[in-house]
Amino acid sequence: MAVADGTITFSPALNSFINEWKVKPGNLIMVLHKVQEEFGYIPRAAADKVAGMLEVPLAKIYGVITFYHFFKLEKPGKYNIQVCLGTACYLKGGSNLVDELQGLLGISINEVTKDGKFSIEGVRCVGCCGLAPVLVVGEEVHGKVTKDQLPGIIASYT
Amino acid sequence: MPKRNYVLVCGGTGCESSKADQIFRNLKIACTEQGITDEVQVVKTGCFGFCEQGPIVKVLPDETFYVKVTPEDAEEIITEHLVKGRKVSRLEYDTKGSTKNAKVDDIQFYQKQFRIVLRNCGVIDPENIDEYIARDGYAAVEKVLFEMSPDDVIQELKKAQLRGRGGAGFPTWLKWSFTKDVEESEKYVVCNADEGDPGAYMDRSTLEGDPHSILEAMTIAGRTCGASRGYIYIRAEYPLAIKRLKIAMQQAREYGLLGDNILGSDFSFDIEIRLGAGAFVCGEETALLASIEGERGMPRPRPPFPAVKGVWNKPTVINNVETWANIPVIILKGGDWFSKIGTEDSKGTKVFALTGKISNSGLVEVPMGTTLREIIYDIGGGIANGKKFKAVQTGGPSGGVITADYLDTPIDYGTLTSLGSMMGSGGMIIMDEDDCIVDVTKFYLGFSVEESCGKCSPCRIGGRSLYNILDRITKGEGEMADIGKMKDIGLAMKKASLCGLGQTAPNPILSTLNYFEDEYLAHIKDKRCPAGTCKELISFHILADKCIGCTACARKCPTGAITGERRQVHRIDPDLCIKCGVCLETCKFDAVFVR
Ligand SMILES: Cc1cc2nc3c(=O)[nH]c(=O)nc-3n(C[C@H](O)[C@H](O)[C@H](O)COP(=O)(O)O)c2cc1C
Ligand code: SF4
Ligand code: SF4
Ligand code: SF4
Ligand code: FES
Ligand code: FES
Repeated sequence: MAVADGTITFSPALNSFINEWKVKPGNLIMVLHKVQEEFGYIPRAAADKVAGMLEVPLAKIYGVITFYHFFKLEKPGKYNIQVCLGTACYLKGGSNLVDELQGLLGISINEVTKDGKFSIEGVRCVGCCGLAPVLVVGEEVHGKVTKDQLPGIIASYT
Repeated sequence: MPKRNYVLVCGGTGCESSKADQIFRNLKIACTEQGITDEVQVVKTGCFGFCEQGPIVKVLPDETFYVKVTPEDAEEIITEHLVKGRKVSRLEYDTKGSTKNAKVDDIQFYQKQFRIVLRNCGVIDPENIDEYIARDGYAAVEKVLFEMSPDDVIQELKKAQLRGRGGAGFPTWLKWSFTKDVEESEKYVVCNADEGDPGAYMDRSTLEGDPHSILEAMTIAGRTCGASRGYIYIRAEYPLAIKRLKIAMQQAREYGLLGDNILGSDFSFDIEIRLGAGAFVCGEETALLASIEGERGMPRPRPPFPAVKGVWNKPTVINNVETWANIPVIILKGGDWFSKIGTEDSKGTKVFALTGKISNSGLVEVPMGTTLREIIYDIGGGIANGKKFKAVQTGGPSGGVITADYLDTPIDYGTLTSLGSMMGSGGMIIMDEDDCIVDVTKFYLGFSVEESCGKCSPCRIGGRSLYNILDRITKGEGEMADIGKMKDIGLAMKKASLCGLGQTAPNPILSTLNYFEDEYLAHIKDKRCPAGTCKELISFHILADKCIGCTACARKCPTGAITGERRQVHRIDPDLCIKCGVCLETCKFDAVFVR
């Protein structure tokens, strides 16, 4: 392997998760979820290390990461603002929220603010359509969001 | 020992997002302070379906229904209602016409509903197996293990005429019997909890509110078909559902209801969770299998069907969450009981996620054969903000629209298909006069194009071409020939695509061309968007006789396009206007209009 294992350190919990799953068939996606949980995205060095630990080619790992929208190759902001763009939220103006957020934070969708604090992402239905339009920050769901509330929501994370 | 009162707090994702957990804790603290913990039990349940009015708190046995509760209200509910017996009327749901005396059965939202799938949602604490058991939970698996043969189970499902709720409506008994009849020692049971249709969330609520019902049903299928392992394939975007499933699986193992020798029988069965990773196509069963195996989720041709060659090439029963939730009830109450509910074509109930421009958005479960009018007007309370109904979209990106002329159609699998739409997973999106049909159709096509796995060219190339045509039309660059072109491409995709995604992706176009051709023509010929949505085709103006010159719009306009002196009529410079709509929202005098 070109890159030494030592370039990135996995937490003991992640290491033991991988070791537990190593023997189970079809483990790759579950392992990648756990890696992303730890780093917020899947760094190149982590993908290398997983390839070594699971003994699968790196190309296969990248094949899987790029197929699934949930996996990220770039580090998101500390607070990744996910705006729902599912049908119910779209009809209730979800895309206006994206426009407004872009203006407020001075970044485009899928970009990170300079201080690394915020990023904006468009996601598909998060299953709270009754509260459309919805945005999610971390595990916190904000429902029936209006443009006027956005500065307050952003401020609550600083 | 039964308590004098139960206070149920909704712990569904919707209500949790508005501090339901804090309400729950405050209610408990207040009970302790009042010294009534022996008489009153506070329970956190799954979704009540009435998410729009959340957070919800319900008091039993008097069935009082409190809505939009805040953590600060908790103490008052306890000291007034549960100590002094005086209901907190300001929090009671205001049912139209009647006084504020909201018993759940009086609420229109619930009157026409009939709950089989959601029987325990909003009733039990989903994190407590004892509450599930107290409501006949795991009695069905006991019956199957000790009183029924696998053939008896299949017969019961056949009598019930249950059809799959994941979209295609395939008879469940037949699918199970295929797997059962294959001679093979290793078989699997899979729960499809990928719920990809953007605008549907019944599976999420069922898993969050009643996870044990799914475990029990999968165990029944395992016994019936001869499988000893199951997978639940669930979207990673549903963390609360995943957490509740894990708790439920742990409890079931402790009770001997999952694992080796279930209930002391010779039957062993266990379940593992596998996470999806945000690919809609993985809801398609063969793609789902690939994803469970840790691969890219690409569909493969069928046959062979998963019932015969599924996970790891072994026979596999795959059912949708809602299908599973019906199974224990059918076993306990019988197939004959179940088949009395619904229509000739479709038995039982269906859960719909009522969203969009509707007054009461939420989850509703109704018998098959209920009319759209009953769902939208009687249950959903009609269109929000006094607007005019335009259409209802069912079946998500695979479905189509239904117009006002057909509101009295009793809905089931067959009628929806004959109207050019489909049942799909049960999303029901209400559109009003402000929604542009072409724009919404473009939204669905955009979704399908983004989610296409790219394996076959009809879907990959056809979908993209359809999207591009729609995009041009919404920008006023459409031509008359586009209508014929879209029909041709759509029909070709339906015939030649490999999986359901590509086969159904043109449906939103074909259906809207059928019912709303004039709206397409307005965009193409007149370069006009009748709903006032498509930015390239609209312009903002100020009515001279309505504008009082309050300057509010001019101060808010982001580009300085609005000019005018105080108390003088304002005007918009079309060259500077970016059509953001802020002036329309701002003007309190209805002076701004869109053309
Ligand atoms: C593109 C596509 C997406 C699908 N998404 C889902 C889904 O999210 N959930 C689901 O249960 N079925 C979905 N299905 C249907 C499944 O392929 C399959 O028919 C279903 O899981 C079978 O279960 P049932 O018989 O209980 O409905 C999808 C099908 C297609 C073609
Ligand atoms: S129809 Fe679309 S999603 Fe299905 S296999 Fe073909 S390209 Fe993939
Ligand atoms: S639509 Fe926006 S840009 Fe145009 S005039 Fe109104 S506020 Fe200004
Ligand atoms: S907000 Fe309305 S009334 Fe006031 S200046 Fe603008 S258009 Fe005129
Ligand atoms: S469409 Fe946004 S939560 Fe469902
Ligand atoms: S989440 Fe509380 S009623 Fe639906």
